[in-house]
Amino acid sequence: MITIKNLHASIDGKEILKGLNLEVKAGEVHAIMGPNGAGKSTLASVLAGREEYEITEGSVDFDGQDLLELSTEDRAREGLFLAFQYPIEIPGVSNINFLRTSLNEIRDYKGEEQISAKDFMALVREKSALVELDAKLASRSVNEGFSGGEKKRNEIFQMAMLNPKLSILDETDSGLDIDALRIVANGVNKLKSPENATIVITHYQRLLDYIVPDVVHVLYNGKIVKSGPKELALELEEKGYDWIKAEVDAQ
Amino acid sequence: MGYTENELAKDLENQEYKFGFVTNIDSDKAPKGLDESIIRFISAKKNEPEWMLEYRLKAFSIWKEMVEPSWAHVHYEKPDFQEITYYSAPKQTKKYESWDDVDPEMKATMAKLGISLEEQQRLTGTNVAVDFVMDSVSVATSFKAKLAELGIIFCSFSEAVQEHPELVRKYMGSVVPMTDNFYAALNCAVFTDGSFCYIPKGVKCPMELSTYFRINEGGTGQFERTLVVADQGSYVSYLEGCTAPQRDENQLHAAVVELIALDDAEIKYSTVQNWYPGDKEGKGGVFNFVTKRGMCERNAKISWTQVETGSAVTWKYPSCILKGDNSVGEFYSVAVTNNFQQADTGTKMVHLGRNTKSTIISKGISAGKSQNSYRGLVQIHKNASNARNFSQCDSLLMTDECGAHTFPYIECKNSSAKIEHEATTSKIGEDQIFYCLQRGISEEKAISLIVNGYCKEVLNQLPMEFAVEAQKLLAISLEGSVG
Ligand SMILES: Nc1ncnc2c1ncn2[C@@H]1O[C@H](COP(=O)(O)OP(=O)(O)O)[C@@H](O)[C@H]1O
Ligand SMILES: [Mg+2]
Repeated sequence: MITIKNLHASIDGKEILKGLNLEVKAGEVHAIMGPNGAGKSTLASVLAGREEYEITEGSVDFDGQDLLELSTEDRAREGLFLAFQYPIEIPGVSNINFLRTSLNEIRDYKGEEQISAKDFMALVREKSALVELDAKLASRSVNEGFSGGEKKRNEIFQMAMLNPKLSILDETDSGLDIDALRIVANGVNKLKSPENATIVITHYQRLLDYIVPDVVHVLYNGKIVKSGPKELALELEEKGYDWIKAEVDAQ
Repeated sequence: MGYTENELAKDLENQEYKFGFVTNIDSDKAPKGLDESIIRFISAKKNEPEWMLEYRLKAFSIWKEMVEPSWAHVHYEKPDFQEITYYSAPKQTKKYESWDDVDPEMKATMAKLGISLEEQQRLTGTNVAVDFVMDSVSVATSFKAKLAELGIIFCSFSEAVQEHPELVRKYMGSVVPMTDNFYAALNCAVFTDGSFCYIPKGVKCPMELSTYFRINEGGTGQFERTLVVADQGSYVSYLEGCTAPQRDENQLHAAVVELIALDDAEIKYSTVQNWYPGDKEGKGGVFNFVTKRGMCERNAKISWTQVETGSAVTWKYPSCILKGDNSVGEFYSVAVTNNFQQADTGTKMVHLGRNTKSTIISKGISAGKSQNSYRGLVQIHKNASNARNFSQCDSLLMTDECGAHTFPYIECKNSSAKIEHEATTSKIGEDQIFYCLQRGISEEKAISLIVNGYCKEVLNQLPMEFAVEAQKLLAISLEGSVG
C-alpha cells in the first residue's frame, strides 16, 4: 500500500523527518507512537501533501505511484485520507455540501458519474449511524461549534463517506472520553478490509485496546526507531519513552 | 392617415422592442457634451411633458454649481463631462460584429455561469435570431398581463412619465432630491431611462420583478432612473442587474434608485452587479456612482441586498430613511474587489421614527491589489426613541497586497437607542484550503466553498435562482486569487 524510504523533510529550514522508513501493506493496521514533537503530525502532513514542507530526500510509493509527484488533491483522490489532529472549521459551509463536493470531485477524477442526491443522502444516513453522529451535525457548518469529540467523530464520518485506501488518523483519540473512543474505534474497525490500510498515530496505548494494530512503531527524533508487535504499545505505556531515547542515544 | 413625428417615433420604438434590436441612426445621437440644448434635445426625443423638462433644467442649473466630490480611499481619473454623449440609441451594451469577435475570456466566463450559447449570443448582441427574441418578448408580455390584473404597474421610466405622470410627479425626487449630491443632480438632468414600479394598496406582488424582463425595451442607460412605490400594505421583491459580465462603452454610470414603502408595505430590492472591472491592469473599467435610497413610512420595511463584483470604481450607499414608527431597514452586502478594483460602499440608516430597527451585514472580500472600503452611518435622531441597530462588518483578505477599510460612523441623539457594532478582518485560511484539498477538492472549488460560506448570511437573502448565480459569480471573480 505505502512504502516510505529514507524520507527527509524540513520546515522553515529545520529538518523534522530525518530518514524515515515505513512499509504498510493492504489489510494492515499500523500504530505510530512517540513523544510530543517527535514528528508524527509532520509525517502525516508530508504524506498528505502540505506545501509548507520541503522534502529533501527519500521516496514514497503509494500503491505503485510516486506519491510525492502527486498534488495534494490528487493524493486524496487516489485514496489517501488524513483525519486531522485539529480538524478545521469552515463557517457557512454545511458538512453535507462539503462532503458532496468532495465525493463528486473524487468521482470526477476517477471518471465516475456524480452521485445522485438520493444516493448521497442514503450514504450519509448509513455512515453517520456508523459513528453515531447526530444527523443534525451532518447539516451544520463544517466543524463550526463542534465539541472536540464531535470534531473527531466527524473526521471518521468523512472517512467512512469517502472510503479511502489508506487512512492516517492523527491523534484521533485525544480529547475523547471512553464512550466516544469506543465509537470511533468501532467505526474504524468496521471500515477495515483486506483492500485498505490504516495508520493510527497516538501516544496513548488505550486506543489500541480497541483498534488492534498489526505492528507498532516508535517515532523519535524524525525516525522510526523501533517496531514490534502490539505488545510494544503496552511496554511503552508502562515504561514511557525514556528507555527508547536512551537506546537510540546510545547508538 | 397621417402620423405625427412623435407617433411615428413611438411606433418605431415599439417595433424595435418587438424585435429586440436597435439600429443606430445618427440622428438618434446627441452631440458630445452637456449644455441646456442637450437637455432640451433629450427631453424632446422622449416627447416629455413640460414639467419633466423643467425638472431637468432645474437640476442642471444646480449641478453646474456643485463640485465633484472626492474620497480618501478611491482614486481615479475624473471623467470629462464634456466628452460624454448624453443621448444615443437606447441599447447601449457594446455590440460585437460577430460571435468570433467576442473576447474568448468573456465567452469562457459566460459558459461557466451556465448561460446557454443562445443566451450568450443575445447578451453580446451577436444573435438576432428573431424567434428567440420573440420568445422573450412573449414571456414579458404574458408576465405583464398577469401584473396588470393586480393593478401593478411595471414599465420603463419613460413610459411612466407618459402614462402615469401623476405618480411620477408625486414621488420622483421625494427620497433623493436633485440637490442631494453631484451625481444625483447630474442624473436628474440627463437620465435617459430606467424602470418604474407601482404596487397598489394591499397587493402582494406574486413574482419577483426583474429588469431582465424588459432588457430589450430600452437597455440600461448610463444615467438610469428607478422608482419603486409600494402602496400601503403591499409587498414587492425587485431584482436588478444580472450576473453576466456587462461591457459598456460608457465609463461613467450614475444611477438613481428611489424606493418608497408606504405604511405597512415591504420592499426587497436585490442587486447583482457585474460591470466590467477593467483589465488586469485596471484599464477601461466602468465607474459606478449610484445613489440608492428608500423611505419607510409607518411599520414599513425595506431590505437592500447587493452582490457587487464589477466596476473599476464603485461608490454606492443604499440607504434607508426610517421615518415611520416601527419601520425596519436592512442592508446585506457582499462586495468583491480584485486586481485594481476599488469599492467604497456601505449604507446609511437614518432613524427618525420611534421603535425603528436597522440591520447591517456587510461582507467585503478583497483580492489582488484591490481596495475595499465599508462606510456606514447610523443616525439616531432626537425623537427616535427605542431605536435599535445591529451592524456586522466583516472583511476577508485573499492576498497580502489588498486592503480592507471599515469606517463605521454613529450619530446618536437619543439615549434610549441600542447600537451594536461588530467587525472582523480575516485572511483566507491556508488551513481551510489544505483541509479541502485533502478531501480531494480543487483549490478553485475550495475558495468558492469558503467564500460562499463566508457570505452565506447575505446570499440567503437573495431569491433562490439569483443566489445560485451570485455564488457562481463570486467563484469566478476570485479565480486564482489566493496569495
Ligand atoms: N513551522 C514550523 N517551524 C519550525 N518547526 C516546526 C514547525 N512546525 C512544527 N515544527 C516542529 O516540528 C517538530 C515536530 O512536530 P509534530 O510533527 O507536530 O510533532 P508530533 O505530532 O509528533 O507531536 C516539533 O519540534 C515542532 O516544534
Ligand atoms: Mg501531532
